[in-house]
Amino acid sequence: MILVIVMGAILVLLGYFLGLSFFDNAVFGLVIALIIWVVMSLLAYYQGDSLLLTISGARKINRDDHPRLYNIVEEMKIASGMEKMPDIYIIDDPALNAFATGRDKNHASVAITSGLLQKLNRDELQGVIGHEMAHIKNRDVLLMAMTSVLLGTIVILAWYGSRFLIFGGMGGSRGRHSSGGGGQAQIIIIVVALVFMILAPILAQIIYLAISRKREYLADASSALYTRYPEGLASALEKLGASTGQLKSANQATAPMYIVNPFRKKGLKFSDLSSTHPPISERIRILRGMAGAAYNNYDESYRQVHRGGRGIIPGLSLVGTPVPLAETPPSLKVEEPSEIQRARETSSALRRVNNFTSITCECGAVLKIPPGFKGDNVTCPRCHRRHAVSRGF
Amino acid sequence: MVVYWVIIGIVVIVVGFFWVTYNNLVRLRNQVKNAWAQIDVQLKRRYDLIPNLVETVKGYMTHERETLEAVTNARNLAQQVSSSGAGTRAKAESELSSALSRLLAVVENYPDLKANQNFIALQEELTSTENKISFSRQFYNDSVLGYNNKTQMFPSNFVASMTGFKAGEFFEVTLAAEREAPKVSFS
Repeated sequence: MILVIVMGAILVLLGYFLGLSFFDNAVFGLVIALIIWVVMSLLAYYQGDSLLLTISGARKINRDDHPRLYNIVEEMKIASGMEKMPDIYIIDDPALNAFATGRDKNHASVAITSGLLQKLNRDELQGVIGHEMAHIKNRDVLLMAMTSVLLGTIVILAWYGSRFLIFGGMGGSRGRHSSGGGGQAQIIIIVVALVFMILAPILAQIIYLAISRKREYLADASSALYTRYPEGLASALEKLGASTGQLKSANQATAPMYIVNPFRKKGLKFSDLSSTHPPISERIRILRGMAGAAYNNYDESYRQVHRGGRGIIPGLSLVGTPVPLAETPPSLKVEEPSEIQRARETSSALRRVNNFTSITCECGAVLKIPPGFKGDNVTCPRCHRRHAVSRGF
Repeated sequence: MVVYWVIIGIVVIVVGFFWVTYNNLVRLRNQVKNAWAQIDVQLKRRYDLIPNLVETVKGYMTHERETLEAVTNARNLAQQVSSSGAGTRAKAESELSSALSRLLAVVENYPDLKANQNFIALQEELTSTENKISFSRQFYNDSVLGYNNKTQMFPSNFVASMTGFKAGEFFEVTLAAEREAPKVSFS
């Protein structure tokens, strides 16, 4: 929260200097900065989720398209105590990733790539979905949208401000104030403003990334609390960490919404200040070090991994009652579909959302008819029976 | 003059505290009620799934009439007592769970059944419903804990006792029943 305020303060200061150097009126600059921020925030607030889903090429699914995924999302919805079921989307991309979006609990969506859906077993999927639901429940989506807009505003203002100041602003303002003392003060102000305009975007970026990383830790902790089985998320992260396929449809602005950084590269350790996500290996170590499923267990584990220092979970005032971990992995209760079955399941879900019709032949083969299919009959490739193609409109 | 301001200040603080605490208590109590309703939804879902399961399994399992009857009876009993107290209910539900686990254990002997698409879908539904039951119970108990803390801890306990907020009851399932929760595992 403090970090957000600091970021806001940077914007206000930026507006102040801009106003001072161009219009000799700090208030004017302030007002402009705030108006830009408010307009952009409103846009992000009301259009952000649909924009993000459209950009990423996500397809909405319902219960029948992929019952297992739907069930897991519903399980996590119940565990997190959310009232409304979020919309579920699949992104047809072999890269492994997932994200959540939506401004509040009633306008929420979770999206998952088809690659991830095939790779993860039920426990792991539960951990990942739990992490995404935590982003929604903790209102991170809103927070990150607002702060990224704040960052964007600062960057734009600073960019244009410094260009104007260097190429035009100086001459103009000096012309108006020709008296000696005033001119000197003016120059000092302009120099300070210029330095600030160069520093502001960098500072804002660093703060923005720090907020993003903090919320990732919190979402991991919440996921462990919901599932009572941190090992699920840990092992999912392990699989995610081993793959380096970059998501085609992600960009810098949407990066904090994903479960892992969509731009990760092999061999690079993202422990520095320049990443939206904490290093995966560290997240796994924290999850595996948890002695219980409560927030304070996560906090303790975090401090252990970081050798003391301050914890990461905000507002840990209450020493809650101990929350035990699940004794057995929940998946032991069910027969897990193999990876081939999961792949088949996923591709049939994708086909269904893409309006393919399917005909099950008596010999057991399932014929998939694309939406643009012209003929009235189709022959089964296995047993050569003929089937009539009916189109439901 | 100063005395009046001090008195007014104190009154404002007390009223404000009362206001906020009361609203918090109402919110927490509603959350508990909501969570209870969620458990109910999932248990009902299980009642609905069982006739389907029995119907699907019947054709394959010619020698397991008793096991099937036990499941149907346990389900009917659980449904009958679903409006009575939490204790009676938990007992009936745990009996249903163990009957189900016995049924699903014998499925192992019927490879044809295991390959049945309908059965696979039902099994997914059943497992997920079991998960949902335990997650909703988990959320209910967490909600009760938060609510009870609020009604019993200083200083909100004053507001709670004045306005009649009573501590909620946890939904405990006997450990034996928990261990016997349907294990749908047969690889």
